[in-house]
Amino acid sequence: MHPEKTKHAFEPKIIAFVCTWCTYAGADLAGTSRMQYPANVRVLKFPCTGRIDPVFILKAFQQGADGVLVSGCHPGDCHYIAGNFHARRRFAAFRKLLEFVGVDLGRLQFSWVSAAEGGKWVEMVTGLTERVRLMGPMQEFKELALEEQWSGAINTPELQEAYNSI
Amino acid sequence: MSRIGVFICHCGENISRTVDVERVAAEVGKLPGVAFATDYKYMCSDPGQGLLKKAIREERLSHVVVAACSPRMHEKTFRKAVESAGLNPFLCEMANIREHCSWVHQDRKEATVKAIELVGMMVERVKKNRVLPTITVPVTKRALVIGGGIAGIQAALDIADAGYEVILVEREPSIGGHMAQLSETFPTLDCSQCIMTPKMVDVANHPRIRLYTYAEIERVEGYIGNFQVTVRRKARSVIEEKCTGCGVCMEKCPVKKIPNKFDQNLGMRPAIYVPFPQAVPNTPVIDRENCIKFKTGKCGVCRKVCGPGAVDYEQEDRLIVEPVGAIVVATGFDLYSIEEKPKGSPIKGYGEFGHGRIPDVIDGMTFERLASASGPTGGKILRPSDGREPKQIVFIQCVGSRAREKGISYCSKICCMYTAKHTMLYHHKVHDGQAYVFFMDARTPGKNYDEFWRRSIEEEEAVYIRGMVSRLYQKGDKIVVMGSDIAVGVQVEIEADMVVLATAVQPQKGADALAQKLGISYDKYNFYSEAHAKLRPVECATAGIYLAGACQGPKDIPDTVSQASAAAAKVIILFARDQLEREPIVARVREAGCVGCFYCKKVCPYGAVEEKEIRDRQGNLVKVVAYVNPGVCGGCGTCQATCPSKSVELDGYTDEQIVAMIEAL
Repeated sequence: MHPEKTKHAFEPKIIAFVCTWCTYAGADLAGTSRMQYPANVRVLKFPCTGRIDPVFILKAFQQGADGVLVSGCHPGDCHYIAGNFHARRRFAAFRKLLEFVGVDLGRLQFSWVSAAEGGKWVEMVTGLTERVRLMGPMQEFKELALEEQWSGAINTPELQEAYNSI
Repeated sequence: MSRIGVFICHCGENISRTVDVERVAAEVGKLPGVAFATDYKYMCSDPGQGLLKKAIREERLSHVVVAACSPRMHEKTFRKAVESAGLNPFLCEMANIREHCSWVHQDRKEATVKAIELVGMMVERVKKNRVLPTITVPVTKRALVIGGGIAGIQAALDIADAGYEVILVEREPSIGGHMAQLSETFPTLDCSQCIMTPKMVDVANHPRIRLYTYAEIERVEGYIGNFQVTVRRKARSVIEEKCTGCGVCMEKCPVKKIPNKFDQNLGMRPAIYVPFPQAVPNTPVIDRENCIKFKTGKCGVCRKVCGPGAVDYEQEDRLIVEPVGAIVVATGFDLYSIEEKPKGSPIKGYGEFGHGRIPDVIDGMTFERLASASGPTGGKILRPSDGREPKQIVFIQCVGSRAREKGISYCSKICCMYTAKHTMLYHHKVHDGQAYVFFMDARTPGKNYDEFWRRSIEEEEAVYIRGMVSRLYQKGDKIVVMGSDIAVGVQVEIEADMVVLATAVQPQKGADALAQKLGISYDKYNFYSEAHAKLRPVECATAGIYLAGACQGPKDIPDTVSQASAAAAKVIILFARDQLEREPIVARVREAGCVGCFYCKKVCPYGAVEEKEIRDRQGNLVKVVAYVNPGVCGGCGTCQATCPSKSVELDGYTDEQIVAMIEAL
């Protein structure tokens, strides 16, 4: 009955930021329909994609996410009239920024999944997981997190010199 | 220091089959701040909730995490339980380990690890949850019903009879909908007009129902208990208050030959018309596209002959704003058309049935009009092409429905029954005629339905052929129907005089646009989605909006009427209270940090952000900051993601809570 599971050397961590009205409900529908998808995804529920601050995406990458999915209601279907339009505009700009700092945009997926699209949710999650699995772990931002942690310390001769010159 | 209680539900076996719930409880119990962790077979059951309440009291819990099904299912249940044990309900969160975990994964290890992480995230989140006060808002005790078919009529009458005002909005010039078009109804064969028109008159005469026909919903604002609905009353060109419904204008109108949509374009009507004689209101409307006065400026006969002076060519669309507390959506259905291949639609056309090129290939609704005593033929079954009586008639089932390859996978539910009815009506009217039905299965669940279907075969001599039709074409004045009889395993060819297609039931055109105005969700066919398939079948996920009839899915008349009354009951329950508790998920401004840039005001979809002046003790203006009106705020949180100084926070979804979850990864 159960298909043989293939073991992978690398299991990516996928974080999904979704709105409660459309995509969260769509993911629920995938559950009630007993569809199957990789267990790599962790869902964070928001009232609306408009609430999703791009900082959360950065934070997720810092905390070890290898891929991030942001999904809400289709344009025009927003429960809060226009929140998803604000989100769309915000993320269009944010993608450029991420590209500029050298993040592979393949790790970041934006999509619209309605409450009736359980199948699309499964496709999105599976597709992103497979893609990120091939890309390997996301290192850049984890190192950043370490730097941030140590930013108070004077741990290089250059820094020491700069400090002394003040 | 928080003392968090974590409760892992087995959901019978739904969760525990894939997730090692005991292991989850053990692992989560080790997290800092968790004082109590346990698992139980059914957390939502009475003993389960009892366990939760007992633990809150005995373990002096400060926060609660319930790991079970989707919060969309039982968040309210558990928050209520937590509240009854003396905790603020918003100190309880749910981790979804059923829909998002046990049901979608098979590997026990993976699912268990995921469940532990999901619960861990919620534990970190709940630590940052704050006590939120409930916000109460007043309820406007008036209802809006959209759609004046049998569903809308039933809902409007029930709500109005309970003592509340109802606004009934209908797009067409008359209420009645599709049911007014039907000839006779299954399974009793009573005449549709006879049971429908009295209800229509009841609506018109009801002191608490305000009827807007020839009107559409322009805009919907607000939330449960407090909607502001803008209705566009299209220019009728006839003043309803003055018109007596004498009908002289229709008699004198020089334009006579306009196909009447109500008669499926078989009958003709003038340019000033009522769609059918029993229309409610019995006030004509001028079809401006076909009226000579509007096309050329000449004519004006109807104004000249109108005694009360009701004809008004200068009338314009009017926008009316109505405050209502609840909305019932009853926009009904339309039939899939084989007339042409739908453009830009995922649904494929029926080329094999000629895309409607053959005039005597009609759909079920057209047959209804032919069979109706008040129809264009006075109830005689006659061919649209030459007016002769068809002696051989073929009915084809499931045209569009249950045809995945054509793009519609659902069953339209009513066609098996109405086709059985059609064969009976045909047999009653054409005694020497023969009816054939091509069908896949006969689906007849319902009281007295199967008996009715059998009667069509056993007493009314309809020949049922199990199989589908591959092609039909015109040959002389006959239509050759080629199909297969899979029960016998032979090819069948019938030379028919008329073919009736049971085309699929679809939502009304523009159903998606209305859903977007209302903020309700719909499926890929544009049927509106109910909040829960089994337990909340008449409510939308959007609070205060209810569904009735075929706009939610194909339905026959008894089901539609039941659902309409159920929707009305939900509205009446809502109106039984003067105040309504709403979720306190609203944005709040931290005035110390606010710099008054008002980006939040620009992005707020509700106009909830106001400007507030901060003055010192001498009354000098210090700064102007944003203020969110909690009564107007919808709780989307767009302002918070936009605020450059992070000075506005959405209660229940603060940055602290979100970041705590991300950090728990």
